[in-house]
Amino acid sequence: MQDVIAYFSTHGADYIQMVLEHLNVSILSLAVAILVAVPLGIACSRSPLLEKISVGVSGILRIIPSLAVLVVCVPILGTGVLPAVVALTVLAIPPILINTALGFRSVPVDVLEAARGMGMDERLVFFKIKVPLAFPVSFAGIRTAASEVVASATLAAYIGAGGLGQIIFTGLGLMRTDLLVIGGASVAALSLLVGMLLSAIDRRMRPYEFAKQ
Amino acid sequence: MGDFVAYWASHQDKFMAALGEHLVIMGVVLAWSLAVAALVTLAIRRSRRVEGAVLQVLGALYSVPSLALFSLLIPLTGLGLTSATIVMVAYNQFLLVRNIVEGLNGVDPGVVEAATGMGMSPMQVLLRVELPLAFPVIMAGIRLAAISTIGIATIAATINAGGLGTILFSGLRTMNVYKIVDGTVLCAAVALVADVVLKGIEKLVTKRISR
Repeated sequence: MQDVIAYFSTHGADYIQMVLEHLNVSILSLAVAILVAVPLGIACSRSPLLEKISVGVSGILRIIPSLAVLVVCVPILGTGVLPAVVALTVLAIPPILINTALGFRSVPVDVLEAARGMGMDERLVFFKIKVPLAFPVSFAGIRTAASEVVASATLAAYIGAGGLGQIIFTGLGLMRTDLLVIGGASVAALSLLVGMLLSAIDRRMRPYEFAKQ
Repeated sequence: MGDFVAYWASHQDKFMAALGEHLVIMGVVLAWSLAVAALVTLAIRRSRRVEGAVLQVLGALYSVPSLALFSLLIPLTGLGLTSATIVMVAYNQFLLVRNIVEGLNGVDPGVVEAATGMGMSPMQVLLRVELPLAFPVIMAGIRLAAISTIGIATIAATINAGGLGTILFSGLRTMNVYKIVDGTVLCAAVALVADVVLKGIEKLVTKRISR
């Protein structure tokens, strides 16, 4: 306990810096992944061939260990933030893509027909019917991706991307249990907080479903 | 391309040793995970509310990065395979317990009632009726757990648990491109092959049960 207090009194600024780095890398990767995977997922819901290809590739990517994806970027892109962001983006795309495609495809046909029968044009059908109905499934994919990204960003410290993983790897290198506990607890807390924040957003976006209970 | 194959050929024994370690870790972890998951499921099955609560806790635990759990356990159980196994077994609980519970709850209550009416004891009902009917769902959970274990076991190399991660980390440390690329290809191949094999078993078992 003494060690922990001592650490924060001497390394407080470094600590905040590492938290920010961690969030920075995670948010950047997740944002790029969303920008790629959501439009692709929507396109997949329209074209069975595209869906077959992307879901197949995504399925393979989900099976490959995250460390392998992270490590294989190093010979191509070197070390630092860039390979980390590329790897994390690659890891984040599959869950978002699969769920977005599923969400848009499983909008009930009779609902679409009713909307068109009421005189909605395709643009209105898309924004007023498809997007709200597909949102929960798609967002569940984003949540999965976010927790994966925060976890893998910890590993990315090993390839020089910074973040809270640095504390853990330093602790492992020097066998300092105080650093291990601080790093481990911080990463755990961060990932739980991110999960809670995203489920709060989820609930906020569709209050009608939670109002019933 | 040729260089990567040449490196593989000259260091094949090292790759194979790491692969062997990795498979042993996976086997041990899966065996422990199944045993613990069976006990946990038996303990929580009586009440839906307890089931929900326990699954929520396991889900939260599952979302914590493995490196964080490893480092929190090192002060208690030290470096090495013990800490790694505990963490991986804990992660698998979410996947296994969730699927076992889901599978058992999906069994038609009428079938259970019929079995009880025929004079089966609760244990017989569980072993002879509910488990076989729930098996496809349980098997899907086992496959997910195996794939997740293969992934996390590579990370466990950071705390000296051995396995394929050792190759990746030592390749990174010495910036040996051949080692890095061959190591990642091997890792990916192991995970993909395991997935195909387990899917095959799943299909076989499901077919046999539904007959």
